[in-house]
Amino acid sequence: MNKNGVNLRIKEFRSDIAHFRDLSISIGAITKESWSEPMGPTPFPSLTTFREWDLKLLARYKPFYLPFCDLCCMCTYGKCDLTGNKCGACGISMAAQQSRTVLLATCIGASTHTAHARDLLTHLIRRFGKDHILDVGGLNVDIEAPLVRLVCGIKPGTLGDLEEVLDYCEKQLTQLLSVTHSGQEGNNLDLESKIFHTGMIDHVGMEVADIAQISALGFPKSDPDAGLADLGLGTVDVKKPVILVIGHNVPPATEIIDYLKTQDLTTEAEVTGICCTSLDMTRYSIKTKIIGPISWQLRYIRSGVPDVIVIDEQCIRADTLAEARQIHAPLIATSEKNCAGLPDRTHDSADEIVSDFINRKMIGALILDPVKVGEVAVRTAIAIAPKRKKRRTLPTQDELVKSAKKCTQCVLCRRACPNDLPINYAVKAAAQGNLSGLDEIYDDCVGCGRCESACPQKIPVHSLIVAAAEKKTREETYKIRTGRGPIQDLEIRKVGGPIVLGEIPGIIAFVGCANFPKGSREVAEMCMEFAKRRYIVCTSGCSAISAGMYRNEEGKTAYEMYPGSFEAGGIVNVGSCVSNAHISGAAVKIASIFAKRPLRGNYEEIADYVYNRVGAVGVAWGAMSQKAVSIAAGFWRLGIPVVVGPHGTKYRRLLLGRSDRDEDWYVTDARTGDKVYAGPVPEHLFFAAETKEEAMVMIAKLVMRPNDTSKGRAIKLTNYIDLHKRLIGGMPQDISLFVRKMSDIPLTMKEDIENILKKTSWNEHEIPDPTLLARMIRKSREA
Amino acid sequence: MKSMPLAESWQTAEIPGPKKASLIIKPDIADAMIRRAKRPVMIVGHGAVEYEVEGIKLIECLIELAKKGKIPVVVTASTAREFLNRGFTPSALMPAVDIGNRLTDPTWKGLDGKDTYDLAIFVGLPYYMEWTILSGLKHFAPSLKTMTLDCVYQPNASWSLPNSTIKDWAANLRDIVKNLGD
Repeated sequence: MNKNGVNLRIKEFRSDIAHFRDLSISIGAITKESWSEPMGPTPFPSLTTFREWDLKLLARYKPFYLPFCDLCCMCTYGKCDLTGNKCGACGISMAAQQSRTVLLATCIGASTHTAHARDLLTHLIRRFGKDHILDVGGLNVDIEAPLVRLVCGIKPGTLGDLEEVLDYCEKQLTQLLSVTHSGQEGNNLDLESKIFHTGMIDHVGMEVADIAQISALGFPKSDPDAGLADLGLGTVDVKKPVILVIGHNVPPATEIIDYLKTQDLTTEAEVTGICCTSLDMTRYSIKTKIIGPISWQLRYIRSGVPDVIVIDEQCIRADTLAEARQIHAPLIATSEKNCAGLPDRTHDSADEIVSDFINRKMIGALILDPVKVGEVAVRTAIAIAPKRKKRRTLPTQDELVKSAKKCTQCVLCRRACPNDLPINYAVKAAAQGNLSGLDEIYDDCVGCGRCESACPQKIPVHSLIVAAAEKKTREETYKIRTGRGPIQDLEIRKVGGPIVLGEIPGIIAFVGCANFPKGSREVAEMCMEFAKRRYIVCTSGCSAISAGMYRNEEGKTAYEMYPGSFEAGGIVNVGSCVSNAHISGAAVKIASIFAKRPLRGNYEEIADYVYNRVGAVGVAWGAMSQKAVSIAAGFWRLGIPVVVGPHGTKYRRLLLGRSDRDEDWYVTDARTGDKVYAGPVPEHLFFAAETKEEAMVMIAKLVMRPNDTSKGRAIKLTNYIDLHKRLIGGMPQDISLFVRKMSDIPLTMKEDIENILKKTSWNEHEIPDPTLLARMIRKSREA
Repeated sequence: MKSMPLAESWQTAEIPGPKKASLIIKPDIADAMIRRAKRPVMIVGHGAVEYEVEGIKLIECLIELAKKGKIPVVVTASTAREFLNRGFTPSALMPAVDIGNRLTDPTWKGLDGKDTYDLAIFVGLPYYMEWTILSGLKHFAPSLKTMTLDCVYQPNASWSLPNSTIKDWAANLRDIVKNLGD
C-alpha cells in the first residue's frame, strides 16, 4: 500500500471455482468523505479544462509581445532568427516563442513553490505526523483551504490530506513543462492558456505550504493583531553573535530558534534574516529580526555583521559562498536544491562540524538535517563571534577614496546598472572626498552588484556604496507586522458586501520581489496612500518587508499607522511568498461565503464571479523572479489584474485591453441573457507602469468592475479622478467610459464630469448582472 | 567621460539580435525621416522633463519639434503637466505600453481616427522599457518605422541617435529642430 492507495498483485491463485495468474488489482486513494457540499463540475482539472474560460479572457486581453531577444536558442537547429514574420526551424513563430518562454518561467516559479511545499510537508509530517490537524484560524476560519477546495474539490483536514493535493500539482506541472518542448504546442493563445493553468496550480501549491506550516509550527492563525517585529539593519545588536538566514524554507531557522531556547541562549545571540525565511521566522518567534528584502543580501553580508550564514532555498545569491568567505563567516547550506558546492556533513557530529568551522578547516558545509543546523549554527556563531567582530570588512573612508581614484570614467558601471543609476558621477565625486552621491545611490540600489562585476579597474563599487551609506544603514530601524496568515471567514462576511458593491473601493495586494525602479520607499508610499483612501491593502513577501521600511512625517511605519485587519484602511501582511495564496483565497472566499456560490471543484464559476465583481488588483512593483510571474498568472486566471513596474516589461508580454474597442467590453446579463456593454472594466489584466504615479492611477482604475453599484462606482471614480488630478495632472480623458448612469457621478465632481460627457457621445446604459458564462444565465432569451 | 561606442546598447547586456537600429549620424537623417513620414507620432516619457542643457529644457526642444513637424504628441506618466505649463496641449495622455500596443494593430486609425501611423518617435522613457516596447514594434508592427531621440543608442528602433554626452545630444536635437524649419 502506498500513500495513494492499494496495489495488490497475485502471481497465481487456485480454488475450486477459479484459477488466476498474474492478477493485479489497484484501488485509488481511500478517502473519508466528510464534506456535505456536492462535488462541482471540475475537480482536479487538466490542462484544457478551463481552456474556454482562458480564451474568453485572452480575447479581451490580447498579449502585447515585447521580445527580450530576436532569437530562439533552445535546440540545436538554432539559433533561429525570429525577427518579423520569420519562423524557427521547428516552425515556431515569435509570438508563440514569447508565450512559450513565459510558460517556461511560470513552470519554474510554480515548481519552486510546489517543491518547497513538498519538502516542507515531508518535514512536518515526519515531525508532527500525518494526522496532525490543519488549523489556520480556529473557529474564525471554516474554509481552511479555499483554493484546494476550489481546484481539487477536496476538504483537507490533516497534514496527510495535503499529500494528494501535491501529487496532483506535481503531475500537472510535469505536463505543463512538457508543453514547452520543441514540437509541442505552437499556438500562442493555447500556450497562454497553459500559463494560466500553471498559475492556478502555483496558488494551490502555495496554499498547501502555508497552511501546513501555520498549522504545525504555531504561526499566527488568521490573526489581525499579529505582533510587530523589528525590521532593519539598525535593530541588530552587532556586539552579539549574529546568525543570518536567507531564503524561503523556514525549518532550519526554527531549529536555530529552538536550540537557542533549549540552551537558554535566546538573549545571547541575534537571529536575523533576509527574504521570506525571515518573514516566516518572525511568525515563529517575534524576537528574531528581519534585515530587509532580497536586495539587502549583498549589503548586509558586506557590512560584516553576520557571523554565520545559513541558506535554504530560493532567491539566494549564487555567490553567497564567495561573499561569506570575504567576511570570514561560515556558510551552512541546508537544502538539496542548493548545495553550493559544499561538502556534505549531514551525518557528522555537531562537535566535529563546529570544530572544523572554528579552526577554519572549511568555509562551509552542507547539512541536510535542520536540527543539526540549529545546533551547529548557534555554537559556531558564539564561538567565532568575538574574534570576527574585531575585523572591519567595509572599506574605511580613506580606502574608499583611494579606490575611487582608480576610476577612469569608462561608465561601464552605470551601463551595467539595471536602473541606470549615475554611479560613475558618484565615484568621481568620492575620489574627491565627497561621498554624498554614493550615499544617495544606496537608496535606489537593488543590490545586484553588476556595477562591480563590470568594473575593469576592479573597484569594489558596491562596497563603496555600502560604506558611504554606513551611518544610514545603522539608522534602519522599522517595524513590520508579522505575517498573519489567511483572512478570517468572519472578516469576509463583514467586507464581502461592501467590496462587491464597490463601497470599499478595492483590495490592493503588494506582492513580489524588490527590483524596484526607485527603491523600497515607493512601495511603502503606495501602501499608505491606498490605506488612507480606505482600500484594503494586503502585503506579502519582499514587498511586505519593503512596505515597512519607510517612516512618514509622524515617524511611523505603515504597519504602525494602520491595523492588520482585512477591512477598509487595513494593511494586511499575510506573510511570505507562499502566503500569497491567502490573497487569492480571500477573493475566492468572498464568492463562496458572501455570495454563497458553490466552491467545491467549481473554478470557472468562481473565477467569473471574482472577475466581474471583486475589485482586486495585484501590484508587483519590483517583480523580478519566475515565481513572481507565476503568482501573477494565478491571479490572471481568476480575472484579477496585475500591475508591475517598468522592469516588468521584461516578462516578454503584457495582457492589455483596448478601451477604444467597444465591442470587446460586452458581458451577458445573467438576469436576461442580453449582451450588455459594461465598459472597459478592468481595462487590463497585466500592465507595466512607467512610474509610481502612473501605477497608482492605473490601480485606482483597475478596481472598477461591471457589478459596481452606482454608489460604489462613484467612490471608485472619486479616487481615480482625485489621484489622476494630483499625480498626472487634470481630469482623466477616458472618464466617459466608466460612467454608466448619471448616478455614478461623484457629487463633488458633478459639473466637471458632466461637461466632459457633453463633449462625447455618451449615453446612459444599464448596469448588468454580469457574467461571461452562458450557463450562468438564469432566464434564456427564448424563455 | 571616456568616449563611448556610438552604436552599442547603452545597457551593456541588452543585445537584441541580428536586426539593429540604423544610426542617425547627423541631424539631417532624422529630419529626412520626419519629412518623409506621412503620419508621424511622438511618444514622450517622463524622463524628458529631467534634462536641461545650457538653460534649455529638453521638453521645450520637443515642443518646437512637434510644432514644426506637425507631429501629434502622446505623453505618458506625469509628463502632461510640463507640456501644459508651456502652453502646449498634447494630443493624448496614455501609458507607454498602451500606445505601444495600439501601434501594433494594423487596423488602428490613430488618435484622430483617420489613418495608421507610419513613424513613431520615442523619447524619455526608461531605457529598458523603451527597449522592450521598441522590440514589440520591431517584430509586430512591420509597417511602422520607429526613431528614438534619446542620448543613448536604442538597438530595437529603426533609427536611433548614438550614445553621446548630454551636450552633444542637445546640439543634435537643436539642429534637428532647426533644420526642420528650413
